[in-house]
Amino acid sequence: MSRLVLRLYVAGDGPNSVAARTNLRRILAHCEPSTYSLEIVDCLREPIRTLQEGVLVTPTLVRLEPKPVRTIVGTLSDNTQVFEALGIEDPAKVERV
Amino acid sequence: MTSSLPEAASSNAPESVAGRSEAPIVKAPTGIIGFDEITRGGLPAQRTTLIVGGPGAGKTVFALQTLVTAARKYREPGIFVAFEESSRQIIANAATFGWDLPALERERLFFLDAQLSPTTVQAGDFDIAGMLAGLQAKATEMGAKRIVFDGIDVLLTLLADAGKERREMYRLQEWLHANGLTAVITAKASENEGTATERYSFMQFMVDAVVTLHHRMHDRISLRGVRIMKYRGSGFAEGEFPMIITATGIEVATFGTSELDFDVSTERVSSGIPRLDTMLDGGYFRGAGVLISGAPGVAKTTLSGAFALAACKRGERVLYVSFDEAGNQIVRNLRSVGMDLEPYVEAGLLQFYSVRTETRSSEDHLINLKKCLSDFRAQNLVVDPLSALAKAGGHIAAVHASLRLLDHARSKGITTVCTSLVADEAINETTTTQISTIADTWIHLAYVVHGGERNRTLTIVKSRGMKHSNQVRELLLSEDGITLADVFTAGGTVLVGTARFEHEARMREQAANERNERAVRRKTAEQGEARIRAQIAALEAELESHRLAAELASSQEAESESRRTSNLSELKRLRHADVDTSEDGHRDGKRPGATSTSSTGPGSR
Repeated sequence: MSRLVLRLYVAGDGPNSVAARTNLRRILAHCEPSTYSLEIVDCLREPIRTLQEGVLVTPTLVRLEPKPVRTIVGTLSDNTQVFEALGIEDPAKVERV
Repeated sequence: MTSSLPEAASSNAPESVAGRSEAPIVKAPTGIIGFDEITRGGLPAQRTTLIVGGPGAGKTVFALQTLVTAARKYREPGIFVAFEESSRQIIANAATFGWDLPALERERLFFLDAQLSPTTVQAGDFDIAGMLAGLQAKATEMGAKRIVFDGIDVLLTLLADAGKERREMYRLQEWLHANGLTAVITAKASENEGTATERYSFMQFMVDAVVTLHHRMHDRISLRGVRIMKYRGSGFAEGEFPMIITATGIEVATFGTSELDFDVSTERVSSGIPRLDTMLDGGYFRGAGVLISGAPGVAKTTLSGAFALAACKRGERVLYVSFDEAGNQIVRNLRSVGMDLEPYVEAGLLQFYSVRTETRSSEDHLINLKKCLSDFRAQNLVVDPLSALAKAGGHIAAVHASLRLLDHARSKGITTVCTSLVADEAINETTTTQISTIADTWIHLAYVVHGGERNRTLTIVKSRGMKHSNQVRELLLSEDGITLADVFTAGGTVLVGTARFEHEARMREQAANERNERAVRRKTAEQGEARIRAQIAALEAELESHRLAAELASSQEAESESRRTSNLSELKRLRHADVDTSEDGHRDGKRPGATSTSSTGPGSR
């Protein structure tokens, strides 16, 4: 499996953004750190970039690699959907938030 | 854009936000013709307006036009957030309006594509805080004054939860308040759904003004309408107003200024028919609206043509609007009654505008007519028939369009003659009645069927501000044009046509008879007089002869007496008789006549 390149757009410490960060960390805990890279963009800090990169809602998780680019919006609370969208094998034993 | 930064910064300042609620409502003009009129100035500035309407009601065009107006007329930068269509589509669709969006986009407009890709996976709750942060930065950067959120319903549908919808709308509202932008939010609602749903009732509560747009089909003609549901802190014209999308954008049809203060003229213009002018005490008022009603074929067009011809002869420009009849057809038909309009068409004084009724809505027709009037600088207008507008989808809209056309013409001092078809002879049809209320002069043409024929009559139903004849006239068409003839009533029936002719002939005959009789009577009398005079002359002659005879007789007697006296004296002288005796005998004479004669006889001698 090729390397995962992820970017998470959040809006400061809004409840949804906090939840998304927590959920993503739990999900990635199942992956080897060498197999992925994660950038977190705070829209409140980089608002113009947010618009330029077409981010409509927060939180938004974008899988930049491998292609095709995939977009997941929301708190990432639905693990099954997130695993599927990211193309990560669902360990099935991950605790639900 | 750096120059506009301070402005944007000041509008973001909390002081200005706090002060807003107490300040009187400031209006931001939309540039949409008519809309600024019914809202008395436009949208509430630095506040939020919600525009609700069904698919294709014109929400996007409306919202975009407000932004374009601000950018072009007031040089106010604006942001367009497109939730539904892509900004490229919107710009392409608006290309027909001649707004030159690409140039505006370079200078003052920013389009944000805010559509979630269909492949986007939803996993849990989300919000629009990130986008608002981005927009805020952008607004500050370009000094935006206005913002449009087009198709907010698409965003709300993504949230798929009433509670979350509210939360995000509150977030948006707070953001708008804090930024002091004049905002337009559009939302889709089907016609029957309207604004009744919980989602929209909540949004209506939240915003400062609510405008609904309608789009209906009526007899295969599309009819648009706009209605202001709510406008905090401002008066507005209630009710639904017709709206159309023209080549330059949206126009809302208002009824003109509700105050009717036109310059009214007392100048008269000829109706083209001298006797009708007499009936109207001099003709129509310049700038007046004249309605000619009547059944088909009753010569409404001919009467209109007479007016047009008279105007052309005065050297005035006439716009002749004919529905469902070509201009040259009218020229040909009018030639048969002695009216030649052709030279005036060629001279450019008379212009025909012929259209099919069904092709457009009455609003469309109205807009086009107004344009024609101003392009041609018409001084006179003929609309034949005005009732054709009623066919153009929507009775009420048509009546409104008619009223507004008359109002418009009146405000421009254009004398208007319009015809109205009245199917039945009774003049109480609603369209006619409604139009007639604002027509200044109403002439009704009717058929009178009598003695197996149909003849035309003309009546002036009303004519404001002038003395006018209350008499019914018969309308006669001939190669020499229109003439009006007196009509007669006999036994409660109006006599026209042959009956009138017969009646006139009878009257003439009767008059002739009377004349003859009088001549005879006069002759008889004269003869009688002559006869008497002759008799008098004869009698006088006789009298004279008698008098002469009498004179002769008396003179003879006197002569004989004197002779006799002289004889007697001679005799006495001869006999030597006494003189006294002769005197006694003279005194005691028994014959009085002889005595008197004798006494004078000697004296006269």
